[in-house]
Amino acid sequence: MSGERALEVIQPGVLALLQDDGRVGHMSVGVGRAGAVDHGAYELANRLVGNLPGQAALEVTLGGLRVRAHTDLYAALTGAPTAARVDGRPVAHCALLRLRAGAELVLGLPEAGLRTYLAVRGGFDVDPVLGSRSTDTMSGLGPPCLAEGMVLPVGDACGPLPRINHAPVSTPERDVVTVRVTPGPRRDWFADPHQLGSVEWAVSPKSDRKGVRLIGGSVERHPDVVDVELPSEGMVRGAIQVPPNGEPVIFLNDHPVTGGYPVIGVVRTPDIDRVAQLAPGQRVRLRWEGRR
Amino acid sequence: MLAPAGGMDRGYAPSGRRSDAVPVRLLEMGDAAILVETGGIDDVLVLAPALDDLARSGDPELAEVTDIVPAARTVLLVAGPTADLARIAARVRRLAADIDRGASRSEERVVEIPVRYDGPDLDEVASLTMLSPQEVVVAHTGTLWRVGFGGFAPGFAYLVGGDSRLAVPRRSSPRTAVPVGAVGLAGEFSGIYPRSSPGGWQLIGTTDVVLWDADRDPPALLQPGSTVRFVEVP
Repeated sequence: MSGERALEVIQPGVLALLQDDGRVGHMSVGVGRAGAVDHGAYELANRLVGNLPGQAALEVTLGGLRVRAHTDLYAALTGAPTAARVDGRPVAHCALLRLRAGAELVLGLPEAGLRTYLAVRGGFDVDPVLGSRSTDTMSGLGPPCLAEGMVLPVGDACGPLPRINHAPVSTPERDVVTVRVTPGPRRDWFADPHQLGSVEWAVSPKSDRKGVRLIGGSVERHPDVVDVELPSEGMVRGAIQVPPNGEPVIFLNDHPVTGGYPVIGVVRTPDIDRVAQLAPGQRVRLRWEGRR
Repeated sequence: MLAPAGGMDRGYAPSGRRSDAVPVRLLEMGDAAILVETGGIDDVLVLAPALDDLARSGDPELAEVTDIVPAARTVLLVAGPTADLARIAARVRRLAADIDRGASRSEERVVEIPVRYDGPDLDEVASLTMLSPQEVVVAHTGTLWRVGFGGFAPGFAYLVGGDSRLAVPRRSSPRTAVPVGAVGLAGEFSGIYPRSSPGGWQLIGTTDVVLWDADRDPPALLQPGSTVRFVEVP
């Protein structure tokens, strides 16, 4: 095996993507932010291996990833725990891992949550597009989805290893998740905005990095605007759009830059990472509160 | 529980001190953004470039604004999660109240777009507008268009300010694949597909101009505020 620092993809699982902090400042020409949807878990993975903020890591949806180290590498797994193994031996979650050259890391299915982050010391060194190594599933910008046989180059380490090698953070919630929502710009387009907070919603399997689709109820439009079309307007991560069928969609990082359905509310920034870990079928409650 | 937070508006009464002020209503959009609603696209075309200029000039009150996103009637300001939104809101109100609509920005270059008017919907547009196909071409090439806003795809621009006779509805059934470079009309807008995608616009022509190239700086040929002239080519 060559001496190039690299990680080889043996099996990508359902969906594995390179992600970082995303692209900032290009929304006006139709390019959204993309980037790791559970940003806190992504940042933690980088910190555990001593990377600088913003270095690219892998975002693995529903586990199933198999990778082989071409050289000795330090790595860390955060986000959804997956009973990961290195050469058959169980390894700790949210901890610094040592992968020897030739070692195989295998992720199982998530025990809780949806997305696992894998950072390696030095970061994944693929070519950036508009300053980011994130795959944007909406615009198609950035590196392609991981595929069998792909060899991901790893950069040189550029910071010291942290003095801790394990981070005791809480794992994603398995039961009903409650997230805080502040009023959105078009809440007066709805007959009773409190309908949003009174339903125990379920996460649709059609959810993705563009948005988490909620089912199991409906938020009705105000009778004055039932057939009114809203001119498209700028959207943000965490915005809750309600299309005419009444089923809310919570936008994640690959959301369309502009949208034409009214935004009833916006998930508070600290809670969006938890939305990003909602698994299909999981229950979620939205709790109204003031902005600050 | 749903009371408006600091600095935001609830009612519909637009603010504005002077006759040439841009009326704005500031709407909550979470803890890291503000949606500024104006009277329409003409206001957006004044306010968005003014905000952009101010942010680029290093205005300290807009320092944390990362994106300014014009749309049909609104301008979205996206900021970092720790930004003081009330301070940004106050700056937006001041700018909107004091804006000088007469002051044109530094003269924009005109982007010329050569078009073969061979689109599959040209006859349909002619019949909808009660013009001949050649009159549609003359109307489309006869006025300057301006980039109103983007957002549909990287490099796509909603062009405004064209001949008002060209306003046509979208196709009743969208195409599953519109080819790259297709020039279309929808409502008051004209636009060019930067890449192949599904779409419901009425297609009147084709251009070979590259609208989006991630390796170019800037990647988008048509920037907010750019002026466009369509030129007929055989």
